[in-house]
Amino acid sequence: MSKDVEINIDRKLCTGCGICIKFCPKDVLDESDDLNQYGNHFAEVVAEEECIVCRRCELYCPDFAIEVEER
Amino acid sequence: MLKAKDIKEKYVRSHPSPFCPGCGGGMVLNSLSRAVEKSKLSKDEIVAVSGIGCAAWIPSPHWRVDTLHTTHGRAIAFATGVKLGNQDLEVMVVSGDGDCAGIGGNHLLHGARNNVDMNVFMINNGLYAMTGGQVAPTTEHDEETLTTPYGNPSSSFEAAEVVKAAGAGHVARWTTYHMNELIEEVEKAIETDGFSFIEILTQCPTRTGKKKNMSGLEMLEWYKENTSKDQDTEKIYVGTLSKVDKPELTEQIYRQIKEAGGDPK
Repeated sequence: MSKDVEINIDRKLCTGCGICIKFCPKDVLDESDDLNQYGNHFAEVVAEEECIVCRRCELYCPDFAIEVEER
Repeated sequence: MLKAKDIKEKYVRSHPSPFCPGCGGGMVLNSLSRAVEKSKLSKDEIVAVSGIGCAAWIPSPHWRVDTLHTTHGRAIAFATGVKLGNQDLEVMVVSGDGDCAGIGGNHLLHGARNNVDMNVFMINNGLYAMTGGQVAPTTEHDEETLTTPYGNPSSSFEAAEVVKAAGAGHVARWTTYHMNELIEEVEKAIETDGFSFIEILTQCPTRTGKKKNMSGLEMLEWYKENTSKDQDTEKIYVGTLSKVDKPELTEQIYRQIKEAGGDPK
């Protein structure tokens, strides 16, 4: 699936709980090497081209930190 | 399909979230906002009432609707007043388990018995999280908390069953894992003219999670494995528990005022 997708993760909002990483059916997201203010690893986009725009990450993110945009 | 960006811009008042990493509070805020968006209800018609506790922060001040942040356990009592004052408002009570079933337990029972038209969302994390994780009425038997280090000697209070027995019009139970089902149930609650009670089992990674050595994510997966939509299993039942048509308090009182020759407005 190669839709023209842009995934934005707001680092000021992401608490690094890892829910989006696990719930993504296509493994688009992964932990970053950087730490946030809670000492957790941010979520990071690693395979944007795999995204099928199911918006599961948007639905489950407790902090409204992810936005999936179709271009 | 609803976009998180639109929901955030329209319904979320402040950032960043006040909740701990992995907390279900933000997920409840998300599901309530999406249900309101789907139900075509105007934000101006909603009054969200909350008591004290972590869950009380979900609507106040973070939800961009009119909010009333009240005293501990009294959210349903205040909400009854709001509804009696203006019948046209859609009253939503967002309250934790300690607030709703513990300290405000009697208000909960009589709110359900009176069948006042309001939607009560009980965010159940099984303990008093904000004050440090003390035992609550909803804590499971034998569960360790700050004040029961050798396990809870009492049994837990099955709030949804009690509210059902007290006569509420609509009773349901879901978890934060069941986001789509929860959104649908909230829509049903908005449509119901009567007391709607939805118990939402919500993960608390900070208090429960530390005791059980689980993250918010692991607790979500625990909900997935330990809940069932089938009532005949040993697992926690999730779904609608009851839906009955009963006379609604506000309508009855407004009718009586009219019969006596008065104008309720």
